[in-house]
Order: sequence, then C-alpha cells, then structure tokens
Amino acid sequence: MSEASIAVENLGKQFYIGKLQPKYRTLRDQIGDVFLAPFRRAGKVLRGAANSAAELDELIWALRDVSFEVRPGEVVGLIGRNGAGKSTLLKILARITEPTTGRAVIRGRVGSLLEVGTGFHAELTGRENIYLNGAILGMKRAEIDRKFDEIVAFAEVEKFIDTPIKHYSSGMTMRLAFAVAGHLEPEILIIDEVLAVGDMRFQRKCLNKMQDIGEQGRTVLFVSHNMPAVTRMCKRVILLHEGRLVCDGPAHKVVSAYMNDGLGTTAERYWPDPEKAPGGEIVRLRAVRVRAADGSVTGAVDIRQPVGLEMEYEVLKPGYILLPHHMVYNEEGVQLFTTVDRDPAWRGRRRLPGRYVSTAWIPGNLLAEGMVFVGSALTTLEPRIHQFLVRDVVAFQVIDSLDGDSARGDWGGNLRGVVRPLIDWETHAEGGVTEERSCVGGGRM
Amino acid sequence: MQKNGDVVLDDVPVLYLEPTKGWVSLRLQDLWRYRELLYFLAWRDIKIRYKQTILGGLWAIAQPLLTMVVFTLFFGRLAKMPSDGIPYPIFSYAALVPWAFFSGGVTKASNSLVGSANLLKKVYFPRLAMPIAAVVAGLVDFILAFIVLLLLMLYFGIVPTINVIWLPLLVLLAFASCLGISFWFAAMNVQFRDVRHTVPFIIQTWMFATPVAYPSSLIQDEFWRAVYALNPMVGVVEGFRWALLGVDTAPGAQILVSGVAALTLLVSGAFYFRRMERVFADVV
Repeated sequence: MSEASIAVENLGKQFYIGKLQPKYRTLRDQIGDVFLAPFRRAGKVLRGAANSAAELDELIWALRDVSFEVRPGEVVGLIGRNGAGKSTLLKILARITEPTTGRAVIRGRVGSLLEVGTGFHAELTGRENIYLNGAILGMKRAEIDRKFDEIVAFAEVEKFIDTPIKHYSSGMTMRLAFAVAGHLEPEILIIDEVLAVGDMRFQRKCLNKMQDIGEQGRTVLFVSHNMPAVTRMCKRVILLHEGRLVCDGPAHKVVSAYMNDGLGTTAERYWPDPEKAPGGEIVRLRAVRVRAADGSVTGAVDIRQPVGLEMEYEVLKPGYILLPHHMVYNEEGVQLFTTVDRDPAWRGRRRLPGRYVSTAWIPGNLLAEGMVFVGSALTTLEPRIHQFLVRDVVAFQVIDSLDGDSARGDWGGNLRGVVRPLIDWETHAEGGVTEERSCVGGGRM
Repeated sequence: MQKNGDVVLDDVPVLYLEPTKGWVSLRLQDLWRYRELLYFLAWRDIKIRYKQTILGGLWAIAQPLLTMVVFTLFFGRLAKMPSDGIPYPIFSYAALVPWAFFSGGVTKASNSLVGSANLLKKVYFPRLAMPIAAVVAGLVDFILAFIVLLLLMLYFGIVPTINVIWLPLLVLLAFASCLGISFWFAAMNVQFRDVRHTVPFIIQTWMFATPVAYPSSLIQDEFWRAVYALNPMVGVVEGFRWALLGVDTAPGAQILVSGVAALTLLVSGAFYFRRMERVFADVV
C-alpha cells in the first residue's frame, strides 16, 4: 500500500470566540442586563442574526491552509506553542470536529488518544471502566476480553480491579487509562500529550509502548511539548505556528528550529507593541531575557556560572505592590522551583508608573544540564491579582563542562537528577589503606 | 464515490473529512457499527443510576407507584374522575408505567450531550448513540415497573385480553416518541441551555395533555379524539389500557394517528440532530 495514510489539503478551521466583555459597569447596569439581554438575544436568534446563545461575534482561524501527507508506518511529531492549532488539527483528524475549509483523507482505522481516561466513571470499578473506555475508544468487546489481562498487568492495578475507581489514586487512574488506550490497535494512532501520565518510571514504560506501536508499522501522529520524547520517537516533525504549517522535516532540524528561532523558545523575547504585550491596565510585560554573568543575552550558560532571568515591565497605574516571579522548568516539564522578587528596596512599596527591570540571579552549580524553560509572571498584592503569566517565555541550555570543577567532578557519563548542586565531600582514610591510582568513570550513574 | 463517510476499499476504510452544509445523511450504518458502545453507555447509565441510594432499583418502582397513590387520592377519590369502569389505581398505574418511561427518557436524553461534554470533545462516535443510550437505559426501569403492573392486575383480578399481543408494538411507539422528542431537545440543549430549564415544565404540561389521570373518553367526539392523539403518548396510554386492562375504547384510530406523529417526530428529530451535530464539539 503506497497511498498516504493521512492526506491533508488546505485544511482550515474557523472558531467563534465569545465577544469581549465590555468594561465592568455599575451594578444597576449589570442587573438590568440580566433581564434585558434575553430579549435582545432571543430577537437576534429569531432574526437569524446569531445561531447560538453564545452570541457569536468574533471569528478566529485556529488552523489555516495546512497541507501535508503521512505515509503508512510513519511516526510524525506535531509541535508548536500553545494555541498553534495542534489540538484543532488532531480533533479534525479524529472526526471530533469538522474543518471549515479544505479536506483530509484518512486511510485506515483511526484511534485517538486526545486525553486518556475519557469517559471514565468514578462510580464504576476498574474492570467496568476498562470495558466502557475500550468501547468509547472503538474497541470491540471480544478485543477487550482478549487483552483484558494484559491491560490490567500494564496498569499495575490487579489488586484493585474490582474497586470503584473513585477510591483509586490519581496515578492509578491515569495508569489504567493509558493502559486501555495503549492497547488500541488501529492503523492510525493520534496521540495528544499522553506522556504527562504517572511517575517517571511509568512514563518510560509508556514511551516504550509507543515506540513498539511505531515499530509495528502503524502510523502515529504525536503531539507533545516534551522535545526529547519527540526527537526520540519521531523521525519527522511538523511545526505549527498560529494555525499555519511553518516547518516540516527531519525531527532534530525542526525541533532545533522551534527551540532557537522566534517561533519557539529563545533567550530573549520582547513585545514592541504595548497593546499586544501580556498584562492589563495595571502592568504589562515588555521583555524577558536570559543574561550570562557578564551581562550578555545568551542561550547557553555554563553550569558553574550564575544566570540572570530579567523581566522588563511597564507599570501603568500607580499604587500597587508588585510581585514579579519566575517559574523554572526542566525539559521534561518538571517545575524545578519558583522564585519571587525579594529585593528589599521594593518589598511592600507601592510603585509609580514607569518602566522597571527585575532580575533574578540563579546561582551557578544549581541547575542540572539540559534545556531550562522559564515562565514569567507578575502578581499584584492587595488585592491579589495575577497580572500576567507567560509560560515558556524564554529558555536556555545549561552546559556542564568536563573541566573537573563542576558537580560532575571526574565523572564523564550521564548524571541524573533535576538539580546539580556542588556538594562538598570529605573522605578520610581509616588507617591501613594503601594508595591506589585514581580511576575516571564513564557510563551511567 | 461516497463523500463524507466511510468507504471500504480492500478492507481499509477510507474516510473523507470535509466541511458539510445543510441536511446530512443519518449514517445509520455507522451507528450500527458502534452498537457495542451504545450498549455500554446504556449499561453505564443503569449501573450508576442508583449507586449510593438506599432504595436502589426500587426507585424505578417507587416513582410511578407513589404517583399512582397520589392520583388515586386526589383524582380518583376526591375528584371522582371516571376511569372507564376500571378500578382507578390500576387505571392510572397502567398509564403511569409508559409515562414514567417517556418522561424519564426525555429528561435524561435531553441532558445526555451536555452532561458528556468531555466525551464529545475528545472522541468520535456517532453522536446519536448518546440520547439513544439514555432512552434505552430507561427500559430497565420500565420493565421493573411493568412487573409491578402485572402484580397489581393480579391483585385486582384483571385478566389481559387477547389484544395484549399488540403490547410490544405499543412499547415501540412509546420508545419512538421518547426518542424523537429527545433528539430535538438534546440537540437544542447543546446550543441553547434554556432547554434544560424548559424541559421539566414541558414534561409536566405534557403529562396533563396525556390521559394519564383521566380517560381520553372524556372527549366525546370521535374526530377530536383522533386529533388529540397527535400527542403520541395518547396512543401509547390508551393502547396500554386497551391491551392490558380490556378497556373498551377501541383506540385503533388514536394509535394510528399517534404512530404517524411519533414517526414524524423521530425522523425529523434525527435529521435535525444530525444537522446540528457538526457544531456540538465546538459549542458544548
């Protein structure tokens, strides 16, 4: 069979988004609105001006002119920032929603895992949920019967299989959900973010399972924010940006394009147009930068050196106490820590309008090597309101050298852990020990 | 080649996903392929309906039974409502059994889509399965209540007539009426949540428009009695009394009119539902 499994031509999807809320007015207006709005709305519907109670006003294109083909047996990754249209594309391919323009041709049965555990019911037992969820995902009863033991074993819930899942831990529920979904055997599998399941050990198990699926010659379309997983699983990656397909090619190329240029994550991001900058009437974010110890903006940092996370923002209204903060994540999406501005000069002080720059200096010998993602946010205290929160706003690579004076010492292999502090060690010889030659290691630890 | 549906070529189904407009096919063969899902959805509804209740399955009986007691007290004893020569309790209960099935089915099915919004947004299946499963699940309650009806008949010493052979057809009529209305309400409810607030009121009014507490023989004129049967539940209720209790009202014409009304509701409801279906996942 040489025809494409999935052929997408000029696919587009238009969404209605609710009308922007008018400015908050008096209570009397609000109450009056409650009684008048129904008549206005009913009038609109009757005149055919609106076809839903949502009072559909604004239209956005969630997906625009997307075309690509996927051959049978290909495992293709789909990446892009939040709101790039990945989920919309998957939903169209999974028949959940209809495209507005273009078309898609799909050859083969499609199984979609848009969210594991869909249709689970808390009152039903594990066993009952396996059958229900299996049926929802399109499995035949005989097929579930056949795979039942395998599913239970994979989820590691043998003991609780006849317990209602409301008594399960969330981890157990998720494991069970993935186990059912992972045993689906369609020709085409559409997966969205299943890797956010369970602990690290179970995640690895899931990744292996998905690799098996790919090796069995089935077509997989896989959305994830976990770049290492994407590059490991997929040879080919498609990058979406603002609803359009901007890059389609070998995994490492597309992923690095995403990580390095303005589409993905960078060491610096700024908003030249204050109107479009994150934030509101009180304060707006204007720029976020990653600075090396010497003050230069950098995307790669020596593990031993401090790194500055700089946030530039504009205060538009006086009289607020601000709390800028950063959230720091590793490439697996684990949040390493949150750090808040504790500069004594500004703590508890109401700010005047103007531009401010707050920088958090993360000490050297703390972060582990690899990609680090930063989310920047600002909250006003009294009243406590989140002014903005931008995830993955900047990112940088932490590089561990082999000079011998970092936390890895003389170890040249893989060093696990989410942080890599420089810990002092003391070793004493307890008499009668003869000196040996040192040995430099390699491999895993 | 058929557009916008499954076409099987060399055992590999080919699916065309394109924008659709206007009225679309019901895709009943697709529904048939998903019959196991329908079964599981109904089974789930039945399983969880009476969880964490003390009476459990008894609720299925309690509702029509208690209503019968209330009706007997107020309509039977106080208002001296005529009951076609049948003891009033069994007269009303024979109507309450199909009525409870109808009203329960419509209420649950109307909310079936909105209540399973996360399912609609995450997986594909023929959406028609959702209200159908809700109505099918009500059949279990119906059977339980029906057994009580048989016991009551035994108590009152009523022997069903030969016309009882028509009963399955009458149940089918009730099923079709319930499903038809449910399709309309369930689909409208997705877009206009007003429906959710309106349904209880409609159901209540509908009950008074159905000869549950009174006989339709109150209407003397043959013609107007047939017009009255445009409410499909009229045919069902009169049919039940006729087949089981041997009431001599000859409801043939009424059942026929009701049958046509129910079929119209069912077909139009299914098409309306399919037409609205394309926006379900976006607006639910």
